[in-house]
Amino acid sequence: MGNRETILQAVASNKPDLLALPDMDFSLTIQYPDLLDQFIKMVHAAGGQAFYKNGNQELQNDLASVKAEGKFIINLLEENPAQDWAALNALELETLDTCYLRADLAVAENGAMWISETRMANRLIPFICQHLVIVLNPAVIVNNMHEAYQQLNVSAEGFGVFIAGPSKTADIEQNLVIGAHGARSLRVYLI
Amino acid sequence: MPDRIMKVGLFIPCYIDQFYPDVAKATYQLLKKLGCELTYPINQTCCGQPMANSGFSNLTKGCDVNFVKNFKGFDYIVCPSGSCVLHIKEHLKDGGTPAELEKIRQSVFELSEFLVDILKIDQLNASFPHKVGMHISCHGQRGLHLSSMSERVSPAFSKTEHLLSMVKGLELLKPERLDECCGFGGTFCVFEEAVSVKMGEDRIKEHLVNGVEFICGGDTSCLMHFEGILKRQGSKVKTIHLAEILNSAL
Amino acid sequence: MIVKQHADAAQEFIKDEARTDWHDETLWFVRNKRDKAVNTLPEWEILREWASHIKDHTLSNLDHYLKSFEEKAVENGIHVHWAATAEDHNRIIHKIIADNKIDKIVKSKSMLTEECHLNDYLQNKGIQILDSDLGEYIVQLRKETPSHIVLPAIHLKRQDVSETFHEHLNTEKGNYDPQYLAGTARHYLRDRFIEAELAITGVNFAIAESGGFVVCTNEGNADMGVHSANIHIACMGIEKIIPKAEHLGVFLRLLTRSATGQPITTFSSHFNKPRSGQQMHLVIVDNGRSRQLGRPDFRNSLKCIRCAACFNTCPVYRRSGGHSYHSTVAGPIGSILNPNLDMKANSDLPFASTLCGSCSNVCPVKIDIHDQLWKWRQEIVANGYVGNGKKVGMHGMAWVLTNPKIYRTVGRIGRWVMRTFPFILNNKLNPWYKQREMPQAPQKSFRDWYKENQ
Repeated sequence: MGNRETILQAVASNKPDLLALPDMDFSLTIQYPDLLDQFIKMVHAAGGQAFYKNGNQELQNDLASVKAEGKFIINLLEENPAQDWAALNALELETLDTCYLRADLAVAENGAMWISETRMANRLIPFICQHLVIVLNPAVIVNNMHEAYQQLNVSAEGFGVFIAGPSKTADIEQNLVIGAHGARSLRVYLI
Repeated sequence: MPDRIMKVGLFIPCYIDQFYPDVAKATYQLLKKLGCELTYPINQTCCGQPMANSGFSNLTKGCDVNFVKNFKGFDYIVCPSGSCVLHIKEHLKDGGTPAELEKIRQSVFELSEFLVDILKIDQLNASFPHKVGMHISCHGQRGLHLSSMSERVSPAFSKTEHLLSMVKGLELLKPERLDECCGFGGTFCVFEEAVSVKMGEDRIKEHLVNGVEFICGGDTSCLMHFEGILKRQGSKVKTIHLAEILNSAL
Repeated sequence: MIVKQHADAAQEFIKDEARTDWHDETLWFVRNKRDKAVNTLPEWEILREWASHIKDHTLSNLDHYLKSFEEKAVENGIHVHWAATAEDHNRIIHKIIADNKIDKIVKSKSMLTEECHLNDYLQNKGIQILDSDLGEYIVQLRKETPSHIVLPAIHLKRQDVSETFHEHLNTEKGNYDPQYLAGTARHYLRDRFIEAELAITGVNFAIAESGGFVVCTNEGNADMGVHSANIHIACMGIEKIIPKAEHLGVFLRLLTRSATGQPITTFSSHFNKPRSGQQMHLVIVDNGRSRQLGRPDFRNSLKCIRCAACFNTCPVYRRSGGHSYHSTVAGPIGSILNPNLDMKANSDLPFASTLCGSCSNVCPVKIDIHDQLWKWRQEIVANGYVGNGKKVGMHGMAWVLTNPKIYRTVGRIGRWVMRTFPFILNNKLNPWYKQREMPQAPQKSFRDWYKENQ
């Protein structure tokens, strides 16, 4: 008998009698009076920055100033991508400075934003960039993760990720260090 | 207070009987003054917890049988130790019919919950003009829910504090870590001596910062552990059982 | 190798009191962050209840869910492997490495691979794995094991890390700045990610209805490795299954708040299919879990989502350090999981607790940890894994306490001895007396007084 059958048989004979799934009433979960305000608070708490006044103008300024520095940027907000980003490998993305992309959903309780595989074009991009810029329509902010999963189909694509803040670690004496392996900063533009 | 005088069996843990008779006397006197028809069944020994918590619950049959023999037939069984009460509630399994055992498990109360929930005490004539540090004992708190727990998201309450608030002149002081274990832990106190003592010392440190004269608790086992450390440190701070404070100058 | 029992290792740990205090306070700080986070959600206790029931349900239907998960995962192009034991797990991974002639491997935090001792296994075959979680990387350089499942290097101070990095990464001697140290590791590890050919990750949650799985990190190290490398191997215990994606809402809300007090990890990555040109493997591991499932008293330990809240709250863990538990998973949850893996070798662990119950209270899936510690004690004694001294002592105690007359006689004599010849107990053979005074023995017991005064 192979491992699979051994395991499944052991599980089948050792499991308890069937117990019911809980009846979850999500109306009992937290609702915020001001979703945008709560979301922005959580972005800041997670070490990110959020811009909501003149968001569009701020974003254009951001793009212009990073471009002016002559750094490698990937702007996934453009309708027609400059090139096929999906084809790039880690070595080719190594020097990526800033990436601009759109999130389709955001969560007020924790500042997390859902980035689908389509939006990121290449799975490595949102992780390998030094700085991550996410553009978001404030109308897509939901209260909490239950609402998020009700709206999303997380298995619709091959990959997707909730991102909340820049990468971080506290592995040295519980001291928070922003910029562990992934992006060192996160800017969110609410437009 | 209920109209009918209740038949109450006084359950005194073995080590209190032997080493801390004053705690038992205070409990006895307090309940008497509050109008209970109180009996101390004289052939009681131990609830069996020391063996059971050490993994030898197979050896507690004798204790169970003796406990049931002594405490059958009371309306309530009251004990100045949350830990021993919890043991009876959770692990009494021999010595009577299932119904008899169930009745005992249902009617055994730790002193402060008996005073608050059954006698519904709302005033005491006690007076204890001292700075008192409150130690919350784990089994009473997390096992019997004598107070809210810092880990849980729930409204704050404390039956012990409710009682102490009725004591004149008493200034209650709380340690920074409100409900961390003292480190006694039954036989843990000898088999894990180093951790046990360290835990006790750390609790005491927080009380000393508050400038307490007494550390008060509802479980003498925790207090015995504190007392041993305090005495070794040459400290003037004393330990005192809740019953002794509630019974003071009543 | 002689493994020290918990009590002995703890005694050793406590000898350095300043460090013990630091360890205790640092983890208490984490526990406090957890308290603040959970108190922002009025529904916290309801969430715990839901999570507990979802896991109970899943365990009661686990074979069905495993099959469903496998079927969907295979449909999605994932290679699914089954490992009955740690040895099988290691062999499967080695075969993938060997078949693809790989030598650059990065691994993100996976307690399962630690449990299976994958690194040692591969090292014996001449294959090096780089642990990419910063904490794991630090302990790997030091040839140590993680002392905490979420904070692997919590037993180390910045000075220790600085020395290690000076030796291995050539950082400035005496530079203890965490920013500088982490920055250097970032620089070094990014190169390793970019050249990685194969990335190993753990799995936080595997979704039966879709065949997808979720990996959570703050550092982004799992994603950096996986999306760089052409092969991804994800390793999961059979208990990682949850029925539906909507259940992720419950668990992701609980996991990080319990673990570190964050409302969610920085990255919660949802994997469904390999990217174009990538191989994705899933290794589903039993290694004693189905046996634990068959123990009614202990099966719900399999609900654990590895948040380590029980570590941080445990007053014993905080003052004895993770290594004193001589196991991959330390702390209270480790003390109820490890006896299932090897009851004899881990017979000390269920006793490394005061049964204070704080662990059960913080557990986001409501495992009755302290009750299981109590039950494991019974099991261990029943199986004979207890010292003779303790056994004799307990039998003696039971005999005395069962017979009221003998109890009273022994009590009277005992108190008399304590008053008359205190040195009999007040000596170094008595562990109580080592750092504590004995109670004062009174002339009369309460019973004596009662008989005279009633």
